Amino acid sequence: MIDPVVRGRLWAIIVKEIWAVLRDPRSRIILIVPPFLQLIVFGFATTLEVKNIDIALYDRDGGVWAREFSQRLAGSPNVRRIIPVRSPAELRDAIDNRQVIAAIGIDQRFSADIAAGRPATVQAILDGRRSNAAQIVAGYLGRITVDMGASVRPQLKAPGGSIVTHWYNPNLDYLWFTMPALVVIVSTVTALGVTAQSVARERELGTFDQLMVSPLRVHEILIGKMVPPLLIGLFNATLYTILIPTVFGVPLTGSVPLFYVALLFYMLALIGLGMLISCLSQTQQQAFLGMFLLTVPAILLSGYASPVDNMPNWLQWVAEFNPPKHFLIVSEGTFLKAMPPGDILANTWPLMAIAAATLTAAALLFRSRME
Amino acid sequence: MVDTVASARGVTKRFAKPATTALDAVDIDIVAGRMTGLVGPDGAGKTTLIRLLAGLLDPDEGEVEALGRPATATDRSLIGYMPQRFGLYEDLSVIENLSLYADLRGLAADERDARFARLLDFTDLDRFRTRLAGKLSGGMKQKLGLACALVRTPRLLLLDEPGVGVDPVSRRELWAMVRELSSEGIGVLWSTAYLDEAEKCDSVFLLNEGRLIHAGPPGALTETMAGRTFRLFGADEDRRARLERLLDRDDVTDGTIQGASLRLVVKPGAPPPEVPGLTTEPATPRFEDAFVDRLGGGPGGTSRLAESYRPIPPGDAPAIEAVGLTKRFGDFTAASDIHFSIPRGQIFGLLGPNGAGKSTTFKMLCGLLTPSAGNGRVAGHDLRTARADARQSLGYMAQKFSLYGDLSVRQNLDFFSGVYGLTGAARREAIERSIDIFHLADYVNSNSGGMPLGFKQRLALACAVMHQPPVLFLDEPTSGVDPIVRREFWTHINGLVERGVTVLVTTHFMDEAEYCDRIALIYRAEEIAVGTPDELKAQAGLDDPTLEDAFIALIEASDRAREAA
Amino acid sequence: MDGFNRQRFAAMLVKETLQIVRDPSTFLIAFLLPLLLLFLFGYGVSLDVTRVKIGLVVEDRSAPALSLATSFRQSRWFEPHEAHSVADVKPALVSGAVRGIVVIPQDFGRKMASGRGAAIQIITDGSLPNTANFVAAYAEGVRASWEEGQLRERGHATDPPIQIATRFWFNPELASRFFLVPGAIAIVMTMIGTLLTALVIAREWERGTMEAIMATPIGMGEFLATKVIPYFLLGLGSMTVCTLIAIFAFGVPFRGSPLALLIIASAFLVPALGQGLLISAATKNQFVASQVALLTAFLPAMLLSGFLFEIPSMPTPVQALTYIVPARYLIPPLQTVFVAGDLWGLFLPDILIMLGFGAVFFALAFRATRRRIA
Repeated sequence: MIDPVVRGRLWAIIVKEIWAVLRDPRSRIILIVPPFLQLIVFGFATTLEVKNIDIALYDRDGGVWAREFSQRLAGSPNVRRIIPVRSPAELRDAIDNRQVIAAIGIDQRFSADIAAGRPATVQAILDGRRSNAAQIVAGYLGRITVDMGASVRPQLKAPGGSIVTHWYNPNLDYLWFTMPALVVIVSTVTALGVTAQSVARERELGTFDQLMVSPLRVHEILIGKMVPPLLIGLFNATLYTILIPTVFGVPLTGSVPLFYVALLFYMLALIGLGMLISCLSQTQQQAFLGMFLLTVPAILLSGYASPVDNMPNWLQWVAEFNPPKHFLIVSEGTFLKAMPPGDILANTWPLMAIAAATLTAAALLFRSRME
Repeated sequence: MVDTVASARGVTKRFAKPATTALDAVDIDIVAGRMTGLVGPDGAGKTTLIRLLAGLLDPDEGEVEALGRPATATDRSLIGYMPQRFGLYEDLSVIENLSLYADLRGLAADERDARFARLLDFTDLDRFRTRLAGKLSGGMKQKLGLACALVRTPRLLLLDEPGVGVDPVSRRELWAMVRELSSEGIGVLWSTAYLDEAEKCDSVFLLNEGRLIHAGPPGALTETMAGRTFRLFGADEDRRARLERLLDRDDVTDGTIQGASLRLVVKPGAPPPEVPGLTTEPATPRFEDAFVDRLGGGPGGTSRLAESYRPIPPGDAPAIEAVGLTKRFGDFTAASDIHFSIPRGQIFGLLGPNGAGKSTTFKMLCGLLTPSAGNGRVAGHDLRTARADARQSLGYMAQKFSLYGDLSVRQNLDFFSGVYGLTGAARREAIERSIDIFHLADYVNSNSGGMPLGFKQRLALACAVMHQPPVLFLDEPTSGVDPIVRREFWTHINGLVERGVTVLVTTHFMDEAEYCDRIALIYRAEEIAVGTPDELKAQAGLDDPTLEDAFIALIEASDRAREAA
Repeated sequence: MDGFNRQRFAAMLVKETLQIVRDPSTFLIAFLLPLLLLFLFGYGVSLDVTRVKIGLVVEDRSAPALSLATSFRQSRWFEPHEAHSVADVKPALVSGAVRGIVVIPQDFGRKMASGRGAAIQIITDGSLPNTANFVAAYAEGVRASWEEGQLRERGHATDPPIQIATRFWFNPELASRFFLVPGAIAIVMTMIGTLLTALVIAREWERGTMEAIMATPIGMGEFLATKVIPYFLLGLGSMTVCTLIAIFAFGVPFRGSPLALLIIASAFLVPALGQGLLISAATKNQFVASQVALLTAFLPAMLLSGFLFEIPSMPTPVQALTYIVPARYLIPPLQTVFVAGDLWGLFLPDILIMLGFGAVFFALAFRATRRRIA
């Protein structure tokens, strides 16, 4: 049983911290509008799919097969426009000026070769400045070519093949990946932002001394400061956990209670990091910049921007200390993969370790920075 | 011939948020070669008027002229302006700030060296040429702000409360500097909460709630008080209780403690106040008497705060004790070997110039700094071993407003009552009582940061005493506050002391230091004098000095002793 | 207001420069952040899939099945972990230890022998759509080339009727670094131009120095100019450092001319600085200014500029939004000047549009910075 005085103290500081975050209409807006914008913009804009592409076509053949190829190209769902060009210089310009991402060159003998049963060749030139998109477009073009080849000489159709099944996301809908990741990103940004301001703000506004002469103990102050980011993080995460299956149609297959357990420790790990920044900062501006310098790499190394598997080994090792990396796995797993408790736990204990380490460090720093 | 360098005619200024009329048909003239004082309680519109004269605001009605042209389109290189927040770049050094403003005001290169030398000498900042402005003490910042405003001799000098938070030595120097400038033909507008300064001005404009209620030489206003001011001697030990009773009398409109004596103002036509056991003598009226009178007189003598306060049980041990307290930051000693002991139920004043070490001493005693050497006790709790207990038994009011400005008054009260361990009905009662006693009802749900200064300070005191601690630490509690609110504060403090509370206070108002039972004068990290106000006056070796005279004399003596050594 | 005055102007420039030099946050944004971003985009963010771990379930012991399994083992794209059944390897797929499963079915050998053609089964981890696409395409590729090899051995090989000869201009190895690192430079310039500038004027308001400055004869145009020039130079300086790191540490080619890069970067800094000035003049508060700068400059530059995500792939309303993001007009010339060369036909329209945005922002900022307190 906690002493009623201690309970009263704790309650008082928790209430005060919540008011400090929510009372200012400006900060209320900042806590609600950016996450919402992120939902819209991240949700729809951040796709690594390549759609609506424009392709230049330099057709020196003009024969029936060249027209057939052109129609197949135009018929591809990912192609928006075919831009005919009439010279190599025009073709070069179209690529150089980024009017098109790819150009197809069909030489004069194309139709004749096919009619005669000789192997025919099309040239594809792609804009390597956008290497990722170019690579994907090259894949589309390859498929169109193979399909056309098959229809030219159906008897040559390769006997084998692959039956491809995409588990967890049968249509490879990019939104299914982005939305569970959003839970992670949004809660990271808000929780870190709120925590990083908490101590620095008191220091800058001069209320820090007032707090220090009160009977509050260091751990009580820290607990008080942990509550608002925790609540805000949980609120955002809950909101998205409801919206994502209902509005965006992404399945929620895993265990919600386990997800919340992981979320709780994730929040604590973030709060620990945010608190460290806050204790190190003298002003709110420093806290903001520190938060920014931490958030950018945390998100880029989380596996959201690009898979952790693609990183060099030593950087993958560094990513182990990055809380969002672990929680992204839990979130994707819970939404799409019905992840079992064992796997959730395997990704939760690193979060516990990070939370324990950062919170302890923050408390020590807070104590030593009292003067 | 009168040369008016700036004037306002029928100026009205309204603000939309919150909807207020900051100035209402105000006329003012600033004359070359004269010191013009601008006084008034908080929120009277002083800063708005100065900003209008500096051309930083557009009036809603009326006309503002400076140097013969509309204030917004005048030659700014000939106006010196020092805003309340000095306008210094904290990450630039003293000399860099000066150079910047010299160039901005177009000071010619060949005048520069001589001018800088004079200003730095003037402000005694020569030693700190290369120090960053952010690292200067409050008083030094003030002087540097003034030097920046003066860097090219202006024709019009506008100073917005240059004396706030500045010690008497610096304030006197500042005054002398500006006075000298005005005698060279500059028109000076000096806005202030220190009425002894206003008294020395050539003419004074008194603002209240946006209206001009007096304009003219200060003497004209002071004269109206002739025959109404008295000093009462012989009260000694029970002077606080006596003042309380006297202030509650109908014929007494205002009263203060002056060392061991009392100073009273009576109603017009009332006879000299006769009190058994005390001798009454007429006293010379002061501008402050007239000011308080014009604003409706001081508050009554009974503190409702004290009435509801628990009596602090007497004890043998001193309530606050400093035993050789020393604080070093690196090789800089901020406070050296400070000793004093304050018995229960006394007011002890820590006085000293800015940066002398009184804040450091103060912070060590309330547990914000760990002493490098020595020790202290607060309400019997050792500062080194029982910090948390010591903290529970003290109330603390910081130098500048340091409550949560973006929380409402009630949320602040809720927080501090909870943090100091009040629960349940006791907590609710304490909150309601504070709102009632400190007149906070109108602001209960508004952000405390948006209140006028006087209310902020009331709230800060309310939060500090809610848990009825036996010891109170007040760090410049009335800095920048008008005399009426200051009277109210001292009524509360006196009342609390009568209940047995022990108060440690720092202040730059020497009339407030008169309320103290004893005073320690800290200078250059050392305690150069301790004693009652009257003892310090005697120690200064002057003929009937004010406490301010004594303060300055003691510091000068210490400087001489240092130089001799 | 008051005419231009060299003494005042120089004094403010000196002051601003001193503040930049002394402020740790300037250092953080101008030097630490660029290094961090370059580093992350150079090493951390890679869209180039390397070897993907997959589960390989060989249910058939026939010679063709084992031969195909060997092809998978030797593939440079995959790191197969063998398992007896799909059920065995499924937990690894759930936990993310493997990103796909290739199953060579029981009847694979029999079907091959009968010449009817045998299919393999490819299961991917759809929770990572990009990797899933990769696994599907490349696993099929391994199978197809294995099959071709088999046919060739038996003399049945025929060339496909139509072949496609693919060439990637500017970046034949398709290193994503080549477009990520120039993109990171764009982000850095956005941060310096907009975020830092937004903070500096807001700071003058917050600390009360604005009031003192306004009471001096300095004109507001002069004042804004002295804010802009140091940060313009800082932006170019930081860009130069980044470029050198990009070229020498990350091996990004630089095929254009330094002059072109300078012109492009300068043109972008105009709207970036203008936006920063506008934000700070309008908010007068560092916290709000930083949040607004983050939302209106950093995030759009990151997400809507075409740097990471292809603009044509976005839904139409979002695409429309990208037209008002100045960074959108920086990314193409910047990537081009690095990996392609000086293509003025591409640069000039973008430069003009950026300058146009700059003019608008500056006009608005000038209007918002009035010499009045309220």
